Amino acid sequence: MPHIKTSIVFAERDGTKLKISGAEILLRSLKAEGVDTIFGYPGGAVIDIFDTLVREFSEDFKFILVRHEQAAVHAADGYARATGRPGICLVTSGPGGTNTVTGLATAYMDSIPVIVFTGQVPTPLIGNDAFQEADIVGITRPCTKHNYLVAQTEDLASTIKEAFFIATTGRPGPILVDLPKDVVQNKAQFEYPDKIEVPTYKPNVKAHLPSVKRAAELIRQAERPVIYAGGGVITSGAHKELYKFASMLNFPVTSTLMGLGCFPATHPLFLGMLGMHGTFRANMAIDNADLLLAIGARFDDRVTGRVEEFARDAKIIHIDIDPTSIQKNIVVDVPIVCDAHDGLSRLIEELEAKGRSPKADEKLKEWHSKLTVWRNQQRQRFDRTTEIIKPQFVVEKLYELTKGNAIITTEVGQNQMWAAQYYLFDNPRTFLSSGGLGAMGYGFPAAIGAQVAYPDKIVIDIAGDGSIQMNIQELATVVQYKLPVKIAILNNGYLGMVRQWQERFYDQVYAHTDITVAPDFVKLAEAYGAVGLRATKSSEVENVIKESLKTKGPVIIDFVVDREEGVYPMVPAGAPLKDMILV
Amino acid sequence: MENRKVISALVENKPGVLARVAGMFSGRSFNIDSLSVAPTMNPEFSRMTIVTHGNEAIFEQIIKQLRKLINISKVQDLTRGDYVDRELVLIKVKAASIKRAEALRIVEIFRARIVDVAQDNLTIEVTGSQGKIEAILELLSSLGILEVIRTGTVAIPRGRKGLKAGDSGD
Repeated sequence: MPHIKTSIVFAERDGTKLKISGAEILLRSLKAEGVDTIFGYPGGAVIDIFDTLVREFSEDFKFILVRHEQAAVHAADGYARATGRPGICLVTSGPGGTNTVTGLATAYMDSIPVIVFTGQVPTPLIGNDAFQEADIVGITRPCTKHNYLVAQTEDLASTIKEAFFIATTGRPGPILVDLPKDVVQNKAQFEYPDKIEVPTYKPNVKAHLPSVKRAAELIRQAERPVIYAGGGVITSGAHKELYKFASMLNFPVTSTLMGLGCFPATHPLFLGMLGMHGTFRANMAIDNADLLLAIGARFDDRVTGRVEEFARDAKIIHIDIDPTSIQKNIVVDVPIVCDAHDGLSRLIEELEAKGRSPKADEKLKEWHSKLTVWRNQQRQRFDRTTEIIKPQFVVEKLYELTKGNAIITTEVGQNQMWAAQYYLFDNPRTFLSSGGLGAMGYGFPAAIGAQVAYPDKIVIDIAGDGSIQMNIQELATVVQYKLPVKIAILNNGYLGMVRQWQERFYDQVYAHTDITVAPDFVKLAEAYGAVGLRATKSSEVENVIKESLKTKGPVIIDFVVDREEGVYPMVPAGAPLKDMILV
Repeated sequence: MENRKVISALVENKPGVLARVAGMFSGRSFNIDSLSVAPTMNPEFSRMTIVTHGNEAIFEQIIKQLRKLINISKVQDLTRGDYVDRELVLIKVKAASIKRAEALRIVEIFRARIVDVAQDNLTIEVTGSQGKIEAILELLSSLGILEVIRTGTVAIPRGRKGLKAGDSGD
């Protein structure tokens, strides 16, 4: 199709400045922000934007047409997590907007910079219950960092600038920008601001030095320290500082689900994940520590177990960029409001200037031998000799055969926990999972986002048979754009995590968790034009993985696994961390 | 009320800001005892006076969560210092002829005003601190209160400390 520069043909002259349509202002602004990819779905209210996109900007943006708006936001979120750059999403008014709510809530809980542009009915119709009208700004107020209804075309460029600024600074988060159809159609002069000041928004990224000095003193004296690192380390790009800090002090590191990859999992100082399905030694370490250094983490209930007993004997230092995270769930001794990068850099300086007490270092050796004892008491174990496939075995094999170099996304539930436990993440931005919200259906579209960002990397969605069906329609998207995403379904015919709770805590009454009525995933993949593979015995696992990795396009691998395997260790909800159920 | 807290917040005078504040309170199960809002001398900003109660940990969260909202410029806990607070109340009381004298006496004691008189009732306007309002309501209740309309508390720090944008009051 020839690229007709409609804006120039129809532009009106106003003095010396050219006026262009809101649609063109939007797309030029995105270009100015360095956006290269948009995930979305068209509709009546955004038809002008899509028209301008195809006619005038097809060279500038890669557009990924998903098959459900929820997937567009999850994909933008996966793109953002994998790259560190904001993910962009464009959908229509009404149902287009409401379908983005789960994706926004996911990004909000996990502090991911996603910007969703929604169409809206024309301004004169707002409030009239017009066709495909929804008060999306009202609906998404509690699940966005901020949101906007753009009232006039003149405000569009500055609003977009502000949206990007707020989404990506401080504690990042999703932003929604609602665009009435007339605002998109009307014309205005375009000038994209270089810088923007938001007088009421001044996130504090720099650490308060007296607090850093207090923290450093505790660190010098600590005999049984643990570093508890969260997603904030990845967000602020502080993984190198964390590595330097932990290795110079010889301090053990545990991480949250969101933090996986912020410290190399294969490093001897890494204790594994902590919390409900954390390792025995990470949880025992927390329980016995005399100093806990929490960095970019927020003491989620899945991490702490019973808060009164969490790290009872420890002084706690808490570095977080969000003041509301501090003293929210746990009372801490030294709060430091700053980003993880600055906090760690300042602590490194302090400790390089004056090191640890030799007495404390002697005690640290004893602490390490204790940590070794705990490791040996309970490694994460499962039976590797069975013919029936153990789901953990699949994850281990995926790790082995990808040499740990894949980007792994997960759905939510058992699949997510097994992925977290058995795939070892050495690098940040390689484990993408809906941590806070726990949104089933996240993993597959997130894998699309990551694969679009990194076409040459191996991207694998570790899925359950329940979760994968929540956004299975995206098979059409991966086929259309030839995205070689691999979906490893750990198929147990159950909503396995809920079933596991029912087994343990609800007298084995399996209330509506049996989902054996399901499509044949191999045939389903084929129906969409993808490749489907299946393994039913342990001996077949390696071969199907190898075959899937050799396949150029998208592949579903249906691993028919042990139906009743559970995720262990497990700390029952509300119990102290030391009360782990080990098998 | 145990642990009554008065918060003064300077907010941008934009659509949806009140909804953001109210939504933050309801979404996180915080209490609002009263909330009043009106533009400041600078029409780009409004001032909210929010009265709430709760323990110190909850209150710390309320202040931090308010500060986290993008459109909020300044949040101040007035209960930490000296402040003046006032509430305006309109009270409609039964006042048939025999009771009328007593009503007028109460009005005089509290330096309230009669703003409307009808055959068998009076409407009283009274301004004051929470204690004064509670006291007059208690005394008038013996006459029979027909209706009470309260504005909610507004408050300002005593002395030179201000609330304007740029003041280092927080």
